[in-house]
Amino acid sequence: MARSVTTQRKLIFTIIGWSIGFLIFFPILWTFLTSFKTEGTAVATPPQFLFFDWTLENYHEVQSRSDYGKHVMNSIVISVGSTLLGLALAIPAAWAMAFSPTKRTKDILMWMLSTKMMPSVGVLVPLYLIFRDWGLLDSRLGLVAVLTMINLPIIVWMLYTYFKEIPGEILEAARMDGASLMKEIIYVLTPMAVPGIASTMLLNIILAWNEAFWTLNLTAANAAPLTAFIASYSSPEGLFWAKLSAASTMAIAPILIMGWFSQKQLVRGLTFGAVK
Amino acid sequence: MATLQTRATARIMMSPAVILLFLWMIVPLVMTLYFSFLRYNLLMPGTEEYVGFLNYRYFLTDPAFFTALGNTLLLVGGTLLITVIGGILLAIVLDQPFWGQGIVRLLVIAPFFVMPTVSALVWKNMLMHPVNGLFAWIARTFGFAPVDWFAQVPLFSIILIVAWQWLPFATLILLTALQSLDGEQIEAAEMDGAGPLSRFIYLVLPHLSRAITVVILIQTIFLLSVFAEILVTTNGGPGLQTTNIAYLIYSQALLQFDVGGASAGGIVAVILANIVAFFLIRLIGKNLER
Repeated sequence: MARSVTTQRKLIFTIIGWSIGFLIFFPILWTFLTSFKTEGTAVATPPQFLFFDWTLENYHEVQSRSDYGKHVMNSIVISVGSTLLGLALAIPAAWAMAFSPTKRTKDILMWMLSTKMMPSVGVLVPLYLIFRDWGLLDSRLGLVAVLTMINLPIIVWMLYTYFKEIPGEILEAARMDGASLMKEIIYVLTPMAVPGIASTMLLNIILAWNEAFWTLNLTAANAAPLTAFIASYSSPEGLFWAKLSAASTMAIAPILIMGWFSQKQLVRGLTFGAVK
Repeated sequence: MATLQTRATARIMMSPAVILLFLWMIVPLVMTLYFSFLRYNLLMPGTEEYVGFLNYRYFLTDPAFFTALGNTLLLVGGTLLITVIGGILLAIVLDQPFWGQGIVRLLVIAPFFVMPTVSALVWKNMLMHPVNGLFAWIARTFGFAPVDWFAQVPLFSIILIVAWQWLPFATLILLTALQSLDGEQIEAAEMDGAGPLSRFIYLVLPHLSRAITVVILIQTIFLLSVFAEILVTTNGGPGLQTTNIAYLIYSQALLQFDVGGASAGGIVAVILANIVAFFLIRLIGKNLER
C-alpha cells in the first residue's frame, strides 16, 4: 500500500516537473526549431511545431551575409583571453591568500568583492573616453582587458574557496620529505588544484561570453562578439525570425553545453562561496 | 625567518591582482567624480568649466530621473518577486524524487546561459509579437484578444524576460540550500502530525532564509544595471516607460554626449548600488568567519 502511494506521488511529480521544465525551456527549443524553418514558415499562423520542411539555409545565409565566423572568433578570443589573463593574475593571489593568510587577507577579499558591486554605468563615461583616446574602441584587446578586470574578483574568490579546501598538512608532509618549493607546487599542489581551476575557468568563460554591457558599448563592426552581433537584429532585421534563430542557436549552443557541465560549480561561483 | 620570507612571497604573489584591481576601481571612479563637477559636452569641446553641483541638481531634479528610478525599482522588485517565489516552488518540486529529474534540472537552468541580447530578441519577436507571436496565437486560440506586449505593458514585458533569465539562478541556489535540509527533522515533524503547509512555514522557510537573502542581494546587484535587454527591445521607450537608471545614464553619455550630466548620474548609481552592496558584503563576510 505504502509503495503504491509513493509510486503515485512520483508519477504526479514526474508530470509536474516535466511540464515546468518544458515550459521554461520552451523559448530555447522554439528558437532551435525556428532556425530550421524558412522565413515563411517561421511566421506562419498557426505556428508549425515539428512537421515543416526542415532546412539548413538560414545557417548558410547568416554566415555568408554577415561574416558570422568573425564574430564567433571575437567571442572566443575575448572570453577565453580574458579568462586566461584573469587566471594568470588570480592564481598566485588566491594561492597566497589560501596558504599564507594574514590578518588582512579577509579585508582584501571583501574589498575585491566590493569592486564587483560597482555598477558599470558609473564608470562608462571615463572608460569610453580612455578607450577613445587610446584607440581601444572596437578592439579585442580593449575588451579582453575590461572583461578581465570585471571578472577578476569572481575568479579570485572561486579559486580561494577551492584552494582553501586543500589540506595544509599535505604541504607540510611534502616539505618534511625535503621537497623544494618548485617540486611542492608541481607534484603536490597542482594536481589537487586543477579541478578547482578548471571549473573556475569554465564559469568565467560563460560569464565573459554572455557579458552584454561593455561589449555593446565599446565595440562596433570589428571587435563585436556575438552578444553585440545579435543585438544588430533589433533593427528591422529582427523580422527575419529564422535567421535570428539560426544566429542565436549557434551563439548559445556551445555555452549552454558548457553551462550544463558546470552546473555544480555555478552556485559556488556566483554566491562567492556563501552557498555551497 | 622562513615565515618572513613566505609573507614577502605572498605579498608579491598578490600584488599584481590587487594593484590592477585597485587602479581599475579608483581611476575611472575619480574621473567620473571629476567630470561630474564640469560642464562637459563632447559636441562642444573646449567649453569645459567647473560648475559645482549643477549637474547633480539637473540630474536629480529632472523628471526623467524619478521616472527612471521608479522603473528601476519596479524592474528589480518585480523580477525579485517572480524569481524568489517561483524559485522556491521550483526548488521544492525539483527536490522531490521523480523520473528524469536530472534532465528536468538541466532544462530549468538553461535560460541562465542564454546571452541577454538573444533572450530579449527571441522573446520580443517570436513570443510576444502581437500578430505572429506565439502568445498572440495562444490568446486567439482561446478566444482572447492578443496583448501587444511592448506597446501596452512595456516594463512588465521586460520584467518577464529578465525574470526568465534569473529564475534558474534563484532555483539553483535555493535547491542547493534545500538539499542540505535534514531529512530526519522533516520526518519527525511529519510523525508529530505537522501538515505540508506548516512543515513548509516552520521548517523549510527558516532553513532557506539565508539562501533567499543571498539570492535577493546578488540579484539586486545585477538587476540594478539591466541594460542590454532594454537596448535591444525598447530603447527605453515608449517615452520613458522602460528607461531605468543605467539606460538613462547611457543615453545621456553616448547619445546626448553630456559627459558632465552622465557622470553625475553615474555617481548617483554608484551610491545606490553601494547601499545594497553594504548589506551583501556584511552577509558574506559573516559567512567567511565560519
